[in-house]
Amino acid sequence: MTVNVDAIVIGGGIHGCSTTLHLCLAGLKPVLIEKDYAGRHASGVNAGGVRQLMRHIPEIPLSIRSMGIWEKINDLLDDDCSFESYGQVLVAENEEELAACRARVAELNALGFTHEELIDAAELRRLVPAVAETCPGGVVSRRDGAANPAQTTTAFRRKAAQLGAAVREGVAASNIRYSDGLWHVDAGTETFAAPVLVNAAGAWAGRIAADLGEPVPVETVAPMLMITSRVPHFIDPVVILRGRKLSFKQFKNGTVLIGGGHLATPYQDRNETVLDWKSLATSAQTVFELFPVMRSATIVRAWAGIEAKMKDDIPVFGPSSRHRGLYHQFGFSLHGFQLGPGAGAVMAELIVNGGTQTRIGDLGIDRFHPSTL
Amino acid sequence: MSVAPKREDYDVVVIGAGPAGLAAAATSAGAGLTTLMLDENIGPGGQVFRAISSTPVTDRNQLGADYWVGADLVQALRASNAEVIHRATVWSLDRNLDIAVSIGGASAFVRAKRVILATGALERPFPIPGWTVPGVMTAGAAQTMLKSSALVPDGRTVIAGQGPLLWLLAAQILRLGGRIDRILDTTGRGNYFAALPHAFAFLTSPYFAKGLSMMREVKAKVQVVSGVTELAAAGDGQLASVSYVAGGKRETIPADLLLLHQGVVPNVNLAMAAGVEHRWDDLQLCWSPVLDASGNSSVAGIAIAGDGAGIGGANAAVVRGRIAARAAVEALAPAVAAKLPAMAALRADLAKAERGRVFLDTLFRPAPQFRIPSGDTIVCRCEEVTAKDVLDSVAIGATGPNQLKAYRRTGMGPCQGRLCGLTVTELMAQARAKTPQEIGYYRLRAPVKPITLAELAAVPKSEADVKAVVRG
Repeated sequence: MTVNVDAIVIGGGIHGCSTTLHLCLAGLKPVLIEKDYAGRHASGVNAGGVRQLMRHIPEIPLSIRSMGIWEKINDLLDDDCSFESYGQVLVAENEEELAACRARVAELNALGFTHEELIDAAELRRLVPAVAETCPGGVVSRRDGAANPAQTTTAFRRKAAQLGAAVREGVAASNIRYSDGLWHVDAGTETFAAPVLVNAAGAWAGRIAADLGEPVPVETVAPMLMITSRVPHFIDPVVILRGRKLSFKQFKNGTVLIGGGHLATPYQDRNETVLDWKSLATSAQTVFELFPVMRSATIVRAWAGIEAKMKDDIPVFGPSSRHRGLYHQFGFSLHGFQLGPGAGAVMAELIVNGGTQTRIGDLGIDRFHPSTL
Repeated sequence: MSVAPKREDYDVVVIGAGPAGLAAAATSAGAGLTTLMLDENIGPGGQVFRAISSTPVTDRNQLGADYWVGADLVQALRASNAEVIHRATVWSLDRNLDIAVSIGGASAFVRAKRVILATGALERPFPIPGWTVPGVMTAGAAQTMLKSSALVPDGRTVIAGQGPLLWLLAAQILRLGGRIDRILDTTGRGNYFAALPHAFAFLTSPYFAKGLSMMREVKAKVQVVSGVTELAAAGDGQLASVSYVAGGKRETIPADLLLLHQGVVPNVNLAMAAGVEHRWDDLQLCWSPVLDASGNSSVAGIAIAGDGAGIGGANAAVVRGRIAARAAVEALAPAVAAKLPAMAALRADLAKAERGRVFLDTLFRPAPQFRIPSGDTIVCRCEEVTAKDVLDSVAIGATGPNQLKAYRRTGMGPCQGRLCGLTVTELMAQARAKTPQEIGYYRLRAPVKPITLAELAAVPKSEADVKAVVRG
């Protein structure tokens, strides 16, 4: 039997869950189909960075839109998502890197964006007292912060379900087809039909797009993270390095999350990853050099989440260039978590209103395919 | 003194030097395969033969004849060409059979053609009210002190729980002159009837006569209360008393030490982190790896022997170790395998060693109230999460142990669920009216045991990484 709904969202990551929620808020009745459970992959196991800092220019408007939602996340979800805002700091380790920071901030200012601010050595030391003396400055985005990714993704799913979304976890969306003006998708023993289909399937979204005739240059990656035992409080903001692959965040309970984009080997069809300890050792060595306070900490756990990375490192976001009623929302390329709340809101506007005031034009799938619509 | 592995590649790497690992490594090395034995302890033996080469307990009767069997296994291993490294903590194993091991504060990486996991068992969590009060410890911890250092309790001591090891420990403590004030036996009355159909096999098993005489020996010296249905420890910063209900009557007794034990379960962390498929065992109430008749797991090249393959006891562990090693020899040096005892003979040995196991499993199946706590009783010690906290999280949408991490951080502390995993699975299964198999278990991650940042930082990097750091 076919169940008719207003929209079918495939993928229970933060993007699928956020879009589902915002469709509910707009008065639609969507279904969310997730093959595992909400937040099982990248959305639930990423570093939780809520970051506008150092974004690609085409996605900055979406990031700023999202930031406004993050700051009132409790009003939206009845859950604080453990969001905290102590800023994110990019550290330049030498004058050459600082010069690049200066140029970056000037470029953003020229475009009218003011969220990134150049800082000197004194301000860097004030924000990150533990950083090595030799670092000459950096960039700060003061409204940035971090949240608990699994808690956040789960909260979006829960709120969407409360507002009437049908949520199907543990069943894969299959047999996607379009007939008589409706998208039909099988999920376990059920079939759903709707005029709108949102492809938010993360690492699995590229296959869906390709099957529907819109292949894109995307690969599956698994960025690694590791977390330490509790150490005395020494840092508030999230820290990232300009010149090396390292990001760094201390939680309230004292544990420190170390990331930065070194990759594990993904085994997508098994939901598994195999870690590359030699790369993680590089991260450990960097932390060891820059933050002596961390030297006695132990590594408690390391992991990697499976996600989609575009060749040009910016997401595919917006309507299909081939099919009516199909929308893509994937390929966030290791920096999609912060965008989730805003992207869901904008996607709902595209679906319900046919447009949005948030500038997203450079993110469309038509950058790979001339529109045939 | 620390000794790094001599090679980067081995035919067989055996992890754990308990009965299964000792037998496996001796068989594999004896057949000419390059064999590395990695073991976390300071000497061979695992838990059952702990300190077999170094124990200060010299009177053979005190630890029992079964203990000294270990000496022969160690002898066989030493006579082989196996490379043996103790104080070697394997902290990562993946499906490519890449192994990361910490030895003397430095990490080394080796690769194997076959890995035999012999990581043994852990004590089942015993989450009663007050089980985290200092002065409450597991029977296994007490036995470790007894075997390694001949230390036995001298304060007011209560032993509570059930199972063969509980009686063995009690007998060993008494023989070494230790003090036991009372034994609280939690074996459910109904278990005796349930186990009856399996009694015949047990009567003919080697465990029967030994078990019976040990219980008789203990009961002659210590007051044993059977049919205990409730148990709680209390004390402010230190154990002061133990209260229990037996036959509907509550009693509270002063105590300085409470030793808890309700059986052992496979130590699955390394196998699970390597991606080995496990299933819930409804009889033994734990996760066991899915294995074929030779001990091969779902990950090609990884075999599991000993209690890590499902609780079978020391005798079965030795045979399983030989079977897994023989299978490795068959795969890597088929010509040599013909000289080893035939697989059929080994499987017959295993059947004999496992006789009576169903009886023990049924008789000593822990009662629900000792496995599934309620209210303010702590479930996860690392993050101090109570049973009520878990149920509250289920109520707002946590569907399994991995989702629960997001709500309560259970299993995210240094023990990675060793002390709470089974409790969380069963508690959530009960709350959601699902089977433990449906609820699942924590996804486990390397490092399976924590390593220091300094140790990881010192690991040799790939050439490109070294350049990147130099440039920065």
